[in-house]
Amino acid sequence: MVEKGWIGGGNTGRNTTIIRSNYLFDESIAIYEHALKLWEGLSQDLNYNVMYSPRGVMMLAHNVHDAQMMKRIMHANRANGVDNEWLTPEQAKAFCPPLEIGSHLRYPVVGATLQRRGGTARHDAVAWGYARAADALGVDILENCEVTGIRRGASGAVEGLETTRGPIRTPKVGVVAAGNSSVVMRMAGVTLPLESFPLQALVSEPVKPVFPCVVMSNAIHAYISQSDKGELVIGAGTDAYTSYTQRGALHVDMHTLEAICELFPCFRRLKMLRNWGGIVDVTVDRSPIIGLTPVPGLYVNCGWGTGGFKATPGSAHVFAWTVAKGEPHPIAAPFSLERFRDGAMIDEAAAAGVSH
Amino acid sequence: MLLIPCPYCGERPEIEFSYGGQAHLVRPPRPAELSDEEWARYLYVRENPRGRHAERWRHLRGCGRFFNAIRDTTTDRIAATYRVGEAPP
Repeated sequence: MVEKGWIGGGNTGRNTTIIRSNYLFDESIAIYEHALKLWEGLSQDLNYNVMYSPRGVMMLAHNVHDAQMMKRIMHANRANGVDNEWLTPEQAKAFCPPLEIGSHLRYPVVGATLQRRGGTARHDAVAWGYARAADALGVDILENCEVTGIRRGASGAVEGLETTRGPIRTPKVGVVAAGNSSVVMRMAGVTLPLESFPLQALVSEPVKPVFPCVVMSNAIHAYISQSDKGELVIGAGTDAYTSYTQRGALHVDMHTLEAICELFPCFRRLKMLRNWGGIVDVTVDRSPIIGLTPVPGLYVNCGWGTGGFKATPGSAHVFAWTVAKGEPHPIAAPFSLERFRDGAMIDEAAAAGVSH
Repeated sequence: MLLIPCPYCGERPEIEFSYGGQAHLVRPPRPAELSDEEWARYLYVRENPRGRHAERWRHLRGCGRFFNAIRDTTTDRIAATYRVGEAPP
């Protein structure tokens, strides 16, 4: 495992740690639910407490269109055996007492879906747990080692890597480089249907337990939960333009904070501790790309966009299977690079949760 | 927030603009003659470079006109903006 910086220093340490599987299409539900089931036993599997907390993910509807779309997603989930239920505003308030449901709101809450098995996990613990478990299985983890080239033989197949700490010979390379996927894959001459945007998040000063679940609002764009350290973890949207700067514009955060203050008036006087950005690689259909590439021996797992953390165990499992066998895992197969050529999109723009 | 020099109006805050993605993409004149591979490449594949990027912006809440910009995606600094039809500097 070759890492430019250090383990957990990229988007793993920059995301809002939300876990859910309430996507719309069967293909997406399959992979995210595969991941959610693995989350449930991950602390045992890794022998490391990843602090997975199924505290419930509630998504708010603010108008009739929201309600129709979210009920459609709910029914799609239930048809796939994934838990999801509809709440009235009063039931939503009972589940999350800080929520304001009065009719005076500019965007009143008209209902909500609730996936009770959704929740959060400790992102650093996930990185450390995986690293320790992989190390125990004999994986070499090379930190502060940047890939500078992908070496290909006369037949075009992968022969190895060039790194800042020397070359590595290998017949197989799996690229999992998130926001830098376009940059790394170009080393092998492969261009991708990706654009990289800054996505921001912020945390408040720590307070006593006050927020019992995860609440998301796609329509007015806010999502919020409370970490075990007591900070409110708040997710903002992507910036308008592509960038690799790992920072974004303040007006994007302000847009989200206005929505948070409207939905949760008790947080209006809370101070924000820090904000930051991560670079997310976004596909046109907001679904990931997992699988083989035109270069023999080169595999890619990218395009997770604004929501890859929740898929970590499932994504890792189906990708490892794909690399080991040299053919797509059945769950990963619909997420091939060829779907753009074939027009077989998995359009999750409505369920992705972050405005683009 | 970026300060973007519109070639028609001068420097204005980013919230007056909308982003149009990679610039200088030319729609193939006869799409029906392309292979699916080539058509997908035109529709979806982007340079997404780390560094100098030629991109489209529109001064949506100003003059309403499209123009192009050269921006460094590692610093977000805009090196130049220029009108549609002009060659990148």
